[in-house]
Amino acid sequence: MTQAMPQPVTLPMTRERPLDPPEDLGRWREEGPIRPLLYADGHVGWLVTGYAAARAVLADPRFSTRVELMHPPFPQRLRQAQIKPRPGFFLREDPPEHTRFRRLLTGQFTVRRMKLLEPRIAKITEDRLDEMERLGPPADLVQAFALPIPSLVICELLGVPYDDHERFQRDSSILLSLESSIEEITAAIDGLTDYLAELVRRKRAEPGDDLISGLVASGELTEEEITGVAVLLLVAGHETTANMLSLGTFTLLNAPAQLAALREDPSLAESTVEELMRYLTVIHLGPIRTALEDVEVAGETVRKGQSVTIALGAANRDPGRFESPDTLDIRRQAMGHLSFGHGVHQCLGQQLARIEMRIAYPALLRRFPGLRLAVPADQVEMRSNMAIYGVHRLPVAW
Amino acid sequence: MLINADTGRCIGAGMCALTAPEVFDQSEDDGTVVVLDAEPGPERAAAVRRAVQVCPSGALSLAGAPATG
Repeated sequence: MTQAMPQPVTLPMTRERPLDPPEDLGRWREEGPIRPLLYADGHVGWLVTGYAAARAVLADPRFSTRVELMHPPFPQRLRQAQIKPRPGFFLREDPPEHTRFRRLLTGQFTVRRMKLLEPRIAKITEDRLDEMERLGPPADLVQAFALPIPSLVICELLGVPYDDHERFQRDSSILLSLESSIEEITAAIDGLTDYLAELVRRKRAEPGDDLISGLVASGELTEEEITGVAVLLLVAGHETTANMLSLGTFTLLNAPAQLAALREDPSLAESTVEELMRYLTVIHLGPIRTALEDVEVAGETVRKGQSVTIALGAANRDPGRFESPDTLDIRRQAMGHLSFGHGVHQCLGQQLARIEMRIAYPALLRRFPGLRLAVPADQVEMRSNMAIYGVHRLPVAW
Repeated sequence: MLINADTGRCIGAGMCALTAPEVFDQSEDDGTVVVLDAEPGPERAAAVRRAVQVCPSGALSLAGAPATG
């Protein structure tokens, strides 16, 4: 009926080249969009590498995102799979529970609302560039630029005091490290939860014009749920964009003609952002879904209870969807990439992330026309050990 | 070209408002799709098709157009 089923593979974790997904993923995609995958707990599930199949799984309500159903596709996830989800972590809820949270929040993240933040984000960006200029080269672009911009923005949006950033950035970083122990992860979540629970109580007493105060005032969620939502948005709101800003800059520095084109013509910012998102796919180890019933995917039957790991990076390099997918081309129409996900869990903050990047990349290149790496490219340490890919540090001069 | 929008399925990702802002907006309340022009002219057809294609929740469809995967 079907061809001989290939032997289950294990998920490759090592990249041959820092900006490309592991080669095996591309080779397997050529053989077919879905194949059996051996999970770290011995489960045999699936790996999706094709664009259309990835979209189909992510859009299909017969696949669950709940962590207690999920099998870990690589050993480091074994630990995370044992962490109990907390109230308000709606990323890990299915509809209709997920819908209850999402509907309360989407109005805050519309395209129009995010556009209203443009002047403020531009000001935050210019302030960081002023500071870099004042201190002079060399600088670590991660600490001086890429991390503070989205952190400042999400803090203002949520109503979290940025002065506490060292605390929540440290906890976020532990949470996203694949090397953290269960105890460390639990302590980091507890730390963030205690910090934000206290903030939620303060917002009830003294509401401000911010998202957390709005959730408190709406009366739709419990204090525990609001705290969980705040933890999720705070972590998701700065680590993701921060890594795109630093890794994207590293990528552009490796492509000087395209970097120069973007500096000369800021109208290329929109397509540059989409292309960098597609090409880099910083969510590089998942997402993972589990079938709630038998589901046909690209000619294979995923059985009820089987987990499916979606290699977004491979799907974003599918030649069936993007021409010359392994070539960075900031002029291409890359919209439709899966880097923000797809389906009901597609990134809530994506329109914010887009605006931050559209402002930050050109502003950086205009301010420092001579921007360059301050170390050889092969000495830039990649975040292979983190749930969100990027660079740990990016030493630059100008 | 006639646009159908299912606000029950919509998750408010805003892809349509981003891709074809003359045709789509989002509700201030819950971010779900608001169709500004349900029968857009041919000059907007390409942008509308792209919006339908990138919609993450499958909330948009075009009447009379063949269904796409």
